[in-house]
Amino acid sequence: MKLTGAQILLKCLEMEGVDVMFGFPGGAVIDIFDEIPKSSVEHILVRHEQGAIHAADGYARATGHVGVCLVTSGPGATNTVTGIATAYADSIPVVIFTGQVPRALIGNDAFQEVDIVGITRPCTKHNYLVQDIEDLASTVKQAFYLARSGRPGPVLVDLPKDIQQQLAEFHYPEDVSMRSYKPTKKPHVGQIRKVVKLLKNAKRPLIYSGGGVITSGGHDELTWLGQTLNIPVTSTLMGLGAFPGDDDLFLGMLGMHGTYAANMAVNNCDLLLAVGARFDDRVTGKVDTFAPNATIVHVDVDPTSIQKNVSVHVPLVADCKSALAALQKETEVSLGDFDWKASYGDWVSKVQGWAAEHPLTYNDDETSIKPQYVVEKIYEITEGDAIIATEVGQNQMWAAQFYKYKKPNTLLTSGGLGTMGYGFPAALGAQRAFPDKLVIDVAGDGSIQMCIQEMMTAVCNKLPVKIIILNNGYLGMVRQWQELFYEKNYCSTCMDAQPDFVKLAEAYGAAGFRVTEKKDVESTLREAFKVDKPVIVDIRVEREENVYPMVPAGASLTEMLLV
Amino acid sequence: MSKHTLSVMVENEPGVLSRVAGLFSGRGFNIYSLNVAPTLEKGVSLMTIVAEGDEAIVEQIVKQLRKLIPTVKVKDLTQLSSVDREMVLLKVNAEDSKRAEILRIVDIFRCKVVDVSVDELIIEVTGDQGKIGALINLLTRFGIKEIARTGNVAMKRSMQIDL
Repeated sequence: MKLTGAQILLKCLEMEGVDVMFGFPGGAVIDIFDEIPKSSVEHILVRHEQGAIHAADGYARATGHVGVCLVTSGPGATNTVTGIATAYADSIPVVIFTGQVPRALIGNDAFQEVDIVGITRPCTKHNYLVQDIEDLASTVKQAFYLARSGRPGPVLVDLPKDIQQQLAEFHYPEDVSMRSYKPTKKPHVGQIRKVVKLLKNAKRPLIYSGGGVITSGGHDELTWLGQTLNIPVTSTLMGLGAFPGDDDLFLGMLGMHGTYAANMAVNNCDLLLAVGARFDDRVTGKVDTFAPNATIVHVDVDPTSIQKNVSVHVPLVADCKSALAALQKETEVSLGDFDWKASYGDWVSKVQGWAAEHPLTYNDDETSIKPQYVVEKIYEITEGDAIIATEVGQNQMWAAQFYKYKKPNTLLTSGGLGTMGYGFPAALGAQRAFPDKLVIDVAGDGSIQMCIQEMMTAVCNKLPVKIIILNNGYLGMVRQWQELFYEKNYCSTCMDAQPDFVKLAEAYGAAGFRVTEKKDVESTLREAFKVDKPVIVDIRVEREENVYPMVPAGASLTEMLLV
Repeated sequence: MSKHTLSVMVENEPGVLSRVAGLFSGRGFNIYSLNVAPTLEKGVSLMTIVAEGDEAIVEQIVKQLRKLIPTVKVKDLTQLSSVDREMVLLKVNAEDSKRAEILRIVDIFRCKVVDVSVDELIIEVTGDQGKIGALINLLTRFGIKEIARTGNVAMKRSMQIDL
């Protein structure tokens, strides 16, 4: 029996196990929307396409599965670009379906026509314009395969309207075979042996773990490696949760807003084992002085990440989980009774000494609410058992520093692109995946206004996300830079003209709380977390609080501004 | 900084040239010349790209090219013994008084005259960078009115001999 392109698409999604997609209809996808009610795939209607792509991304980060987004042509498609670039920067598997004008009109500047394949070429892992109905099913199959395999990333499929209407036999390919795409997964045995030898001879090893460990599902292997071999672990923003945040060996984040202990450890280590991280400039600071005394081992599934920013001594192209598992096996086989604890004992005490000397801290007081205090309270109340999404800026850094992520996939944050407006819609995606979990968006008053319209999506889909606004009436991170490096010229960063967030929440049918006194923070948070609908908690925090430690852009990691 | 000749086999699908060219522009790499045409294998095209950069940049270019989904194979011919050729058409001023001298040069360089008019010649030349550079140098004084170049095409030699 022949099916229409729209029917074929939904069949493909069912066969990929997609249970939900996030999107917004329009003329160029109306045929697909016509079929959705007849399929098992649920569609969540957002209020702006940026919300749809971030929600799909948040769903993907929280579950580890591919997130799906469906939008119309032209403006519908272009509105997703920020979210696509966000997913691309953080290697998140998302498949985006965009409508396109009928093939006969392509290139004619038709109504709501845009070359979305051209526009998204630099920010997708790959993208397709389906030109033949016979290619539709295999293209969808490839799109999902590409999105989740190798180094994951967003894949876009552009669907002309007439393709959605044409008829064809449905046949979903079982396998994907592409001669030009064969990602390396297994690590090279010789390199693994080399690394184990380096570990054995090292005196001051350090693991620098990134988002790749989470994406590959390698957190158990990482935890084994750190804990069994007694190696301190520092993490990128994207890597938080891959190693238990409350473990004594965990040093917290490194880099620009990293801990003193982590940055000092990088500076003093003699072996740096970088796993699934890409030596981003926010991590390395001045590249020439990064890990100056260390032999650097770099495990990454993407060969382009290796030798891109820093020169690496031992490259290891592999999926992080496989590489870590191979390291575990090799250490057990060749060095079964080696005394790792004793071998690195002095180093671990030294690193822990740094952590005790300069822990993450802030000048708490009773007259104002410190944003760090709020994050600490969120951690205490939830006992670390929540999914935390963040917006971007100071709120994001405090959420990274003062909440201990114990499990992978519990921090959803735009690391690479730094997309303001990401957190709330991403939290909706996560909440849809885990309806019974507490999902919290730690926000700033600036960021939250970038996708606030998704409040309606939250309310009508019963996604009870809790938005905690650390409200300082500023675009705080930029203000911090202006204060420290631009002679306090606070140009366009003061945002104290703002909506009444409590009334705003209520206008949407959500609940709103405002906190102006420190004594009310904990009780209000507890109350808000119990409400069975979306909530905004507007917390008026100390206006000019800064994020510390801070390594100024381009400085060495040891040049930290402390509290 | 040095020039590297990259031989890149790609799936011949829509947009592949723009993916490759976009990779260079988006990452700030410089393309000196780029030549594309189909190969004997159905659905596969060969690009010869001459790119400039130091070793680290070229290594990154090669890896990024390999990462593109439609890329089948990338070879850096610079480290290998290879044959490099470019074809160039040159429209040169050739009044009667200069014509004999130009034809003598054409003869020495074993190029072809492919069009003649009252005061112009079009010359076809094929060769490596050195030969083409030398010919252009010699003809410049007569006045080159137009130039059309294919960019380099290159192929690895069957016998790799260490010199």
